[in-house]
Amino acid sequence: MWKTILRRFLIMIPEVIILSILVFLLAKAMPGDPFTGSINPKADPQQIHHLMKINGLYDPWYQQYWQWVVHLFHGNLGNSYQYQEPVTRLIAGRAGNTLWLALFTMILTYAFALPMGVFAGRHEGKLPDTIIRVYTYVTYCIPFFVILVIGIWIFGYVFGWFPTTGSISAEASGSGWLQTIGSRFYHILLPGILGALFGTVNIVQYLRSEVIDAKGSDYVRTARSKGVPSKDIYRHHIFRNSLLPIAAFAGYSITGLLNGSIFTETVFSYPGMGLLFVNSISYRDYTVITALVLIYGILNLIGTLLSDIILSIVDPRIRIE
Amino acid sequence: MAENFEQHSDVSAADLARLTQEAQAEATPSTAKIIWSEFKADKPAMAALFIIVGFILFVMIGALFINTPKMMETNIMGYFNQPFTSDYWLGADSGGRSVAKQLIVGSRNSIGIAIGLTIISSTFGICWGLISGYFNGYIDWGMQRVYDFMMMLPMTMMIIVLVTIIPHYNSVTLTLIFSIFYWEGTSRLIRSRTLAESEKDYVSASRTSGTNHWKIIFREIMPNISSLIIVDCTLSFAENIGVETGLSYLGFGLPSQTPSLGTMIANANDPNNITQYWWTWLPAALEIIILCLSISYVGQVLRRAADASQRQGAAD
Repeated sequence: MWKTILRRFLIMIPEVIILSILVFLLAKAMPGDPFTGSINPKADPQQIHHLMKINGLYDPWYQQYWQWVVHLFHGNLGNSYQYQEPVTRLIAGRAGNTLWLALFTMILTYAFALPMGVFAGRHEGKLPDTIIRVYTYVTYCIPFFVILVIGIWIFGYVFGWFPTTGSISAEASGSGWLQTIGSRFYHILLPGILGALFGTVNIVQYLRSEVIDAKGSDYVRTARSKGVPSKDIYRHHIFRNSLLPIAAFAGYSITGLLNGSIFTETVFSYPGMGLLFVNSISYRDYTVITALVLIYGILNLIGTLLSDIILSIVDPRIRIE
Repeated sequence: MAENFEQHSDVSAADLARLTQEAQAEATPSTAKIIWSEFKADKPAMAALFIIVGFILFVMIGALFINTPKMMETNIMGYFNQPFTSDYWLGADSGGRSVAKQLIVGSRNSIGIAIGLTIISSTFGICWGLISGYFNGYIDWGMQRVYDFMMMLPMTMMIIVLVTIIPHYNSVTLTLIFSIFYWEGTSRLIRSRTLAESEKDYVSASRTSGTNHWKIIFREIMPNISSLIIVDCTLSFAENIGVETGLSYLGFGLPSQTPSLGTMIANANDPNNITQYWWTWLPAALEIIILCLSISYVGQVLRRAADASQRQGAAD
């Protein structure tokens, strides 16, 4: 058990190192230099040359990389050239938005998926099962960004029920904390619901097959012969047994939600890390790009690690000995 | 041989013919035959298949008759022309460019890239999965670590970064960039099946008799999992349509002068377009939905055909 977790951690270290080198080199390979745009176009080339030199941009790549890593461990990710402020502060201001949206989407996804999965498994092969299967199939097939665009069109513009841009309304940002929270929540409602409605497929399918398997197992038969009502069997016996593996999906869904955040935040002009990334790309803001790719990579890694650990607790076959 | 046979056996030629016929009737039908009977049993699937094939042929041939640079020229007279008029069937966008024509060329580009991506990434994923699953031990371990690493990369971000690095890219380079990141799903599926397949007797028999490893992998194991491969390719084709259009939507796929379904949906980023000029983006969005649903539906039918216990087609 502990061996598995330890080994999983040890494998993580080279992965992070390779990722950081890769990200660093990719950022170096991007066209333009970091001073593009921030310097008067009439500036003396000699002066730019000097700037590049004192910033170490003429050093060999491994020296620059090492410099970058040292700074990284001091919590210094450099300055954003677009916003003229430290990257750490810039990202810290945006990360909250992305994480809240992701968390909210995840909670909603579970809220939708758990009853559906149990219900489909319970009525296996009957009409509800078919309806849920068709539903998960349809939601799985359609590319998510298309849903977002159609969703914001119908519910944001045509009906006008939800805000279509930003993370907080202008009036609410100045007033009390209750309005602030309310307005923030209102802004993540539509993207959260859409993300949850169209992200249930994995959990529903897993839970459904889990319930179908459990239906024929001994402990369910024992409970039935004791006279436990069918409703309680599903709610307390079967559901509780499938809860842990289902929880393991949370880690994997972090990965999916983060990848999707780029689309969600672009469609809803929601100022999170995904939108920051898209904006930084168009401004060639390397420092922000490298930091964001690294953060997303590490978050992906943690998500997968979490899922793997939970699964290895649940299922002894997965453990490495 | 038949005459020879008659001399040494008391089975008559007529009986032999009858027995051969019976044996053929009882033999496992070919994969193509199973798939075809499955489609015949499922009318909606047949409809979906015809929609896809007909539509792909239509846009491939139709796009040949459209002069793309001319189509992309701004024509002020057509500024946001209403749809359903004689000049503009589906209206025109802010540059007075016909939406219907853009839709045909855009579909050709998007579907073309999706097909290319499916071929490249599936081929790579299949080879990766077969090799990784067949050679257990260190090779598998190493390949799995590479796989883990690829899974950790934030895919969308990496593609966007690569696209900005490459100065002049076109649909071919774009397809190659996408292919770097989209083989993992296939490879994992194929690997797990290959692992199970390698345990079977025919593989160990072949190994003991000294057959070349590559021959075992590609001539013996691969044909045995071919139905899985067909299903997976179809489903990834549906997924890959979303990949290119999604990136083009963000503005990092095909350049704006090359229409794609994604760049057309990007028209919706303008609040005016999304409400007043819905015809500039909604047709492309609906087309993607219908295409993806039909292709995955065909994929589901293929999956059923691959699994004997789920078949609906008459086993004749």
